[in-house]
Amino acid sequence: MVNTRQLAALLVIFGLIATCPFWIVSPSALNTVIAILYITLLGQAWNILGGYGGQFSFGHAAFFGTGAYTVAVLQIQFGTNPWLGMIAGGLLAMGVALFVGFASFRYGLRGSYFALVTLAFAEVLRILSNSVGFTGGGVGILIPLERNLANMQFADNRGYFWLIWTLCLVCFLTVWWIGRSRFGAWLMAVRDNEDAARALGVDVFRTKMGAVALSGFFSGLAGVFYAQFYLYLDPLIAYGAAISIESLLVPIIGGMGTLFGPLIGAAVIHTLSEVTRHNIGDVPGVALAIYGVLLIVIVMFLPRGLISIFSVAGRVLSRWRPANA
Amino acid sequence: MLEINGISKSFGGLRAVDNVSMKISEGSLVSLIGPNGAGKTTLFALITGFHKPDSGTVTFAGNDILGVKPSEIARAGMVRTFQIVQPFAGQTVRENIAVGAHLRHASRRDALDRAREVAEMVGLGDRLDQDAADLTVAGRKRLEVARALATDPKLVLFDEVLAGLNPSEIRDVIPVIRAVRDSGVTILLIEHVMQAVMSLSEYTFVLNQGRLIAEGEPRAVAADQAVIEAYLGPGMAARLKGQSAQVPA
Repeated sequence: MVNTRQLAALLVIFGLIATCPFWIVSPSALNTVIAILYITLLGQAWNILGGYGGQFSFGHAAFFGTGAYTVAVLQIQFGTNPWLGMIAGGLLAMGVALFVGFASFRYGLRGSYFALVTLAFAEVLRILSNSVGFTGGGVGILIPLERNLANMQFADNRGYFWLIWTLCLVCFLTVWWIGRSRFGAWLMAVRDNEDAARALGVDVFRTKMGAVALSGFFSGLAGVFYAQFYLYLDPLIAYGAAISIESLLVPIIGGMGTLFGPLIGAAVIHTLSEVTRHNIGDVPGVALAIYGVLLIVIVMFLPRGLISIFSVAGRVLSRWRPANA
Repeated sequence: MLEINGISKSFGGLRAVDNVSMKISEGSLVSLIGPNGAGKTTLFALITGFHKPDSGTVTFAGNDILGVKPSEIARAGMVRTFQIVQPFAGQTVRENIAVGAHLRHASRRDALDRAREVAEMVGLGDRLDQDAADLTVAGRKRLEVARALATDPKLVLFDEVLAGLNPSEIRDVIPVIRAVRDSGVTILLIEHVMQAVMSLSEYTFVLNQGRLIAEGEPRAVAADQAVIEAYLGPGMAARLKGQSAQVPA
């Protein structure tokens, strides 16, 4: 009842993922795993606010980009160590999230209004980062190559693997905790019926603020990882709509409000986009078209996401099992 | 326990609640009746902080609670249920009740244990793991009651928890309400089911078009001319009077 089995499943899954660097020899294959984990982190961050809290953000790039720019700008302008920059990036993203949350939740904006406000914030930040000097403007920002652990740059991509694996694990443990805590119970109550929650003593505003803070923090960490992995940022990468869309598609396709939904969603989406890129080539927009089709199919046939396949399969199997088995 | 003084609320040109004063003492079971649209549910919303009154004062357990957030009022010990049931769909009965229990219990395990206790008390003990959305109307009404009780309130406001139930279900729920009162909780209930009003409450307030038109013992109130007119219209009331005053159904 208190989700101990879920914790066990979580540790087993992360244990299995941890074996990847030992049997995957090809660096490009390991890069695929890294990319999946990074998208998982992005999706899980969105899932905290959108899946568990029911507040659909269309602008998670605002938090992602803030994390990414923080670590990059601190390194280049102030020579700050990226490990410190990672904490700063997470916290600053959290600050932006709290600001966006305050501006929306204080005035009771929900549903499509909240989505529009988040979208607007991400766009404003994109335009700002395009026009101010210290972000490198439209030219972007290049983090100088200096491969060593202290610098959070790894010559061997196994280093990046362990970094993103750890960040993901922390994020998943947080979400697991949400599923078995008072905060989580209140958050899901707010998602399912705000008035009823309020009547039972739930402080709706504070609960949403807590969720947006956590969500923003982990989005920021995903941004930090992106910056350190690709070592290049520009306003469109950091604050563009693509990140916002990816953040929400992953949990929606995998299963919103579930612990493992984002992992499944990320694996499926990324594999699919890799496969299409190899087979169809780089025709612009094909990946997006496939996202669209996939989304429509899943919303039509599996409205609770791919993860619901398991419970459907479980029901079918239990029907096939002989009676009294 | 609860004191309302000259409370009013208008929506546009409509005076939904007009200068209402009520006093509810600790440990009592009081009912609030009145025809549809009389302003009963609005009054509940005003007391529990969902709407802000235009004028008047509300004092709960000695504290002025006007303008206080609903969540704070619940924390202080006054909770309401909803006439149109509001389950957290997709969550189980036990999880639904645990949301209320979390107000006093920080740990998940304690809240779930408390949820089980309350569920057994209202007769949902065998449906703990069922999805709340799959409950019958009667089950959902019980769930509303259970969630409110799980917050360990001092005063609970039941908004038509018997409406939509059949007579045998009503007979099942009445003892539950009585048991709640016997456990020391003060109750104010809005009810249309007169059988319940008569058998449960010690004192009744009658609201019509936003104004209190009568109050007193349920039987006396039911025989009150103004009340009969409010429910049945003046013509019918006059005819009834000719036959000797009867309890309106």
